[in-house]
Amino acid sequence: MNILVCVSKTPDTTAKIDFTADNKEYNEKGKQFIMNPYDEWYALVRAIELKEANGGEVTVINAGPASNDPILRKGLAIGADKAVRIDVDSRDSYHNAFQIAAYAKGKNYDLIVAGKETIDFNGSIFGSMLAELMELPFISYSSKLEYKDGTATVHRDVEGGVEIVKVSPPFVLSAAKGLAEQRIPNMRGIMMAKRKPLEVVEAVEAGERTRIQEFELPEDKGAVKMVDPEDMDELVRLLHEEAKVI
Amino acid sequence: MILVFAESKDGKFKKNAFEIALLGSQLAKERNQDCAAVVLGDHHQPSELSGYGISKIYHVNNSALNDFDDFAYRDVIAGLANELGANTVLLSHTALGKALAGRLSVRLEAACISAVKGFENTGGQLRWVKPVFSGKAFAHYEAVAEKSVVSLIPNSLSVTKAEVSPEVEEKDVEFNKSKVELVERNVVTGKVPLPEAERVVSAGRGMKGPENWDIIEELAEALNATTACSRPVADSEWRPHHEHVGQTGIAIRPNLYIAIGISGAIQHLAGVNNSKVIVVINKDSEAPFFKAADYGVCADLFDVVPKLTEAVKRFKADNG
Ligand SMILES: Cc1cc2nc3c(=O)[nH]c(=O)nc-3n(C[C@H](O)[C@H](O)[C@H](O)COP(=O)(O)OP(=O)(O)OC[C@H]3O[C@@H](n4cnc5c(N)ncnc54)[C@H](O)[C@@H]3O)c2cc1C
Ligand SMILES: Nc1ncnc2c1ncn2[C@@H]1O[C@H](COP(=O)(O)O)[C@@H](O)[C@H]1O
Repeated sequence: MNILVCVSKTPDTTAKIDFTADNKEYNEKGKQFIMNPYDEWYALVRAIELKEANGGEVTVINAGPASNDPILRKGLAIGADKAVRIDVDSRDSYHNAFQIAAYAKGKNYDLIVAGKETIDFNGSIFGSMLAELMELPFISYSSKLEYKDGTATVHRDVEGGVEIVKVSPPFVLSAAKGLAEQRIPNMRGIMMAKRKPLEVVEAVEAGERTRIQEFELPEDKGAVKMVDPEDMDELVRLLHEEAKVI
Repeated sequence: MILVFAESKDGKFKKNAFEIALLGSQLAKERNQDCAAVVLGDHHQPSELSGYGISKIYHVNNSALNDFDDFAYRDVIAGLANELGANTVLLSHTALGKALAGRLSVRLEAACISAVKGFENTGGQLRWVKPVFSGKAFAHYEAVAEKSVVSLIPNSLSVTKAEVSPEVEEKDVEFNKSKVELVERNVVTGKVPLPEAERVVSAGRGMKGPENWDIIEELAEALNATTACSRPVADSEWRPHHEHVGQTGIAIRPNLYIAIGISGAIQHLAGVNNSKVIVVINKDSEAPFFKAADYGVCADLFDVVPKLTEAVKRFKADNG
């Protein structure tokens, strides 16, 4: 199986969230960046497992600037065979999907995997955009994938449970928790990654369709009101009279 | 023209269908436009959307549309949007909406703004307000395309009824189907799904083991709430995976979130910090969750949860 894994870069899960003085951009200063967890833990690892079982090749791809190379190197260290970076300032999900579709068209990938969402902009639209641009079936929020005799059986998370579907490659999938178990790169993987190819390709012409005009931080919560554990009637009263939620 | 897609299940509207209709009518008023709705598949009562400011309901009454199929839904909704000249298509940010919004926007050559909680009008410029960084901030988005596809996070609006009676028009729209075949659906029935729940009772590792969950379920039942859990609880299979909330689980925004024996790690908060009111029950006064809470009870949960359940029952008995 030849598999393309779309990986993005996000601030670390514990990074402080603040913005430039004009509130127009995320303040990247002093922040730690990581590979988006859904891409790294689930999409990439399941792709590598499928390759290990069925043969073929795993390519990690990112649309972004040269400062994203460490993310791709990490993908190689975890076990991808090669990396591709489309050299572009990544803008919105559409712009990213358009770049990747332009690269992937005609390359006959059996499977294209993305994460269910990025943990910074929480779009969760890239996968279905890519599928539409590539005219391929799409399965969202996948928490399990078995592949046998040319057919994939996939669990997709829906409200209150899962739906089990069958589909044959080629198709696009977005990865959720459960699809695989996180793999930590070992020393050998890191050394091997240095010798694997990281190809940089030129971007194609494409516009963005959305723009962020401003960021805003939520209002501070007032101090917590502590309630006497011996008086749960008081808590119920507060929830009814003050908070008006029961 | 604004077109809203109202989701249904087993011939009935889902709660988010009324919310999306309301958002559509609010936007229509703001922009002085009409708002129509599209309903797919067998449906008992499409006119039920009446009262939410919708001028017309198009019902594509074809049982082949009962189950979600992203190709078919794309064809029908995009086809109708084009026929009506709609410049905005609104859907709910549900499992279905997440699978469809991007595809639909590409087909319509529209901007796609997903998971918003509402809009604001700044000097004639419409901006969509979207939680970002897992709820730790908000971004104000503008569309830079003539058309937009926008999805609304469930439980963002409180639905109230108004008096309008729109026409229902039966409609035939052609569609293709995708090559994805649905073989089985394993979902809990009879419970409000977490993303739509107005009240949620959630518990963490402080519970010590799955055998102790009775007290959580009793409290949830008394409050008519849905149950949730922290990630390690789902990972250890004390509770089903679909109950796991947080950054890697699902994000919810109920009116009331009661967190019991959960420490309040940042990744957990990411999924719940848009709740309107948060109550934290924890025996450790230093637990980080207290900082995000509106009300706190510092005590052993095994003592205090049954007492809270009794108090809720007393309250309900007194207040009918
Ligand atoms: C990238 C990433 C993503 C993650 N995503 C998620 C996510 O989506 N959701 C999530 O929940 N976690 C997530 N986590 C894990 C998260 O960091 C925490 O480890 C987890 O939330 C802790 O779960 P907990 O609060 O149930 O358990 P603990 O941290 O063990 O806390 C248990 C709490 O119970 C209290 N307690 C114990 N006994 C009692 C008692 N008898 N009475 C009252 N209180 C008691 C303790 O004081 C403590 O505060 C993620 C972590 C990472 C790194
Ligand atoms: N710049 C990018 N390059 C490659 N893949 C991306 C990029 N941005 C987003 N993705 C993929 O799209 C997924 C979901 O993104 P989104 O829909 O924007 O939340 C991510 O988990 C990645 O797999």
